[in-house]
Amino acid sequence: MNKILVFLEGQNNLLKRTSCEAISAARSLATAAGIPYVGIIINGNKEQVKYAGEYGMANVINAKHELMDTYSSTAAASILHQVIKSENADVILFAGNAKGMELAPRVAAKLEAGYMSDCVGLEILDGNIIAKKPVYAGKAQITAKVNSDCKVFSLRPNVFTATKTGEAITMTTKDYAPNLSEDDKKAFVSALMKNEGRMDVLEADIIVSGGRGIKGAENYNLIESLASAFGAAVGASRAVVDAGWRPHSEQVGQTGKTVSPNLYVACGISGAVQHLAGMSTSKIIVAINKDKDAPIFKVCDYGVVGDLFTVVPKLAEKVKHLTGK
Amino acid sequence: MNIMVCISRVPDTATRILVGPDGKTIDTQGIKYVISPYDEYGIEEGLRLKEKNGGTVTAVTVGAEASTDILRTALAMCVDKAVLIKADIQKDSFFVAKNLAEYAKEVNPDIIFMGRQSVDYDSLQMPSMLAEFLGMPSVSVVSKLTIADGKATAERDIEGGKEIVEASLPCIISCQKGLNEPRYPKLPDIMKAKSKPIEMREPVQTDEKVTVLGMSIPSKQRIGRILSDSDGDIDELVRLLHEESKII
Repeated sequence: MNKILVFLEGQNNLLKRTSCEAISAARSLATAAGIPYVGIIINGNKEQVKYAGEYGMANVINAKHELMDTYSSTAAASILHQVIKSENADVILFAGNAKGMELAPRVAAKLEAGYMSDCVGLEILDGNIIAKKPVYAGKAQITAKVNSDCKVFSLRPNVFTATKTGEAITMTTKDYAPNLSEDDKKAFVSALMKNEGRMDVLEADIIVSGGRGIKGAENYNLIESLASAFGAAVGASRAVVDAGWRPHSEQVGQTGKTVSPNLYVACGISGAVQHLAGMSTSKIIVAINKDKDAPIFKVCDYGVVGDLFTVVPKLAEKVKHLTGK
Repeated sequence: MNIMVCISRVPDTATRILVGPDGKTIDTQGIKYVISPYDEYGIEEGLRLKEKNGGTVTAVTVGAEASTDILRTALAMCVDKAVLIKADIQKDSFFVAKNLAEYAKEVNPDIIFMGRQSVDYDSLQMPSMLAEFLGMPSVSVVSKLTIADGKATAERDIEGGKEIVEASLPCIISCQKGLNEPRYPKLPDIMKAKSKPIEMREPVQTDEKVTVLGMSIPSKQRIGRILSDSDGDIDELVRLLHEESKII
């Protein structure tokens, strides 16, 4: 192995948290393997580049091109390919978010490289990177190695810890002018719609989800008020989404989103295997259910046996008292 | 339109997963296999596009002979043609993508659909990888799609919202729940599908890019403390989250 390259995404004048997690993962791999690690950002700004330094990344390449003023996955892959070649990097890390999961395999294909997605562990063993990845919606996990010279990985969000070094470092920033034409821009983002005021389950530290036990869309305000007391995002089980009570964007589980928040609160969710698959890597799981034999109680840290219609408002009140939210 | 749909054969999502005797793959005993649920949205979208614009829908899978069962299901949903690219031992995604690319290069599809992910290895890599091998654009995790004037306009889920992506045809679309409601095969079509031909193809071989070393069942130790719904116990829960877990 020669050099690690990390794909960085800016957010305002900072980097996305998932990018900081990827830098931290690169730092420990680089230390273990005794190789350098650098970052690549597309149309980044000075503050974003500097922010990478707080996580120990001293070298950042800022690739600038006007065709990337609106994001294009095809053009981004082309830029990355050029930078990887010019830097002679052979270990490429992406955050496993919507953008990374779309871009990483395209870059791997350009490099004819092996790719491991959604990794939850990366370590060096006998000079090889051994990656750990959940499969079958987290019901099992595999360890695997990539055989090609160039190796591409994406990292599951909120699994690798982003840690600042607390040391001042001298940054080296290189501006890079990629070679792009309109033909590279076969797909591009033409509009963006934010869920105003609503936190996404994929970005939340705490998630409060409701299941069939909530009995109807009109009762979901209970879940929402508990979520607001925690400062949490609202999630839902498949039953709730299929019944049309909540949008699919909130569905947690095998055919919804896979999440790993610090706290997952399951209200009136029995714990079907498909739901557990989507949240089993949460750090702490709280279950509220009136059926003491519900499978969710077998996988929770704290379980409350009781009717959610009385427990949830009480809990919301007490949490609110503590958090002041 | 020449429409290609890539599908894969996976254990039913309710399956309890156990590690098989080789320690690297699952125990396949007693498993019921199905079309990967997201692939059904791909088949449905392909069929709707054909119903609107005319053309043919071809379902393709890479797998062992047993995978003919999911191709029969696709035929029962009324795809025009089914193709099995034979792979008797489990191969990595690079192999699958290369073989789908080989086939696509022969038939020149206008659009390729597939599920957002195959719910076995959950890698979400096939659309981008295949697209790159074919020099096409792709859009992943699409929940709304319009095809007009030689381009695809796709809405896809991203963190905290949605984005609209425009892609020129030919392109690859990976399908998310919400894109459509897949049809159930009708009994006469299920009967007819049984005798329809399935084209068998020999695969091209590739180097093994990824080697699985082992598989395990994760068993995170949980605290497992069960409380009642009394006021005292709910106070205790808040205390535990605050003082023990230090989350709030």
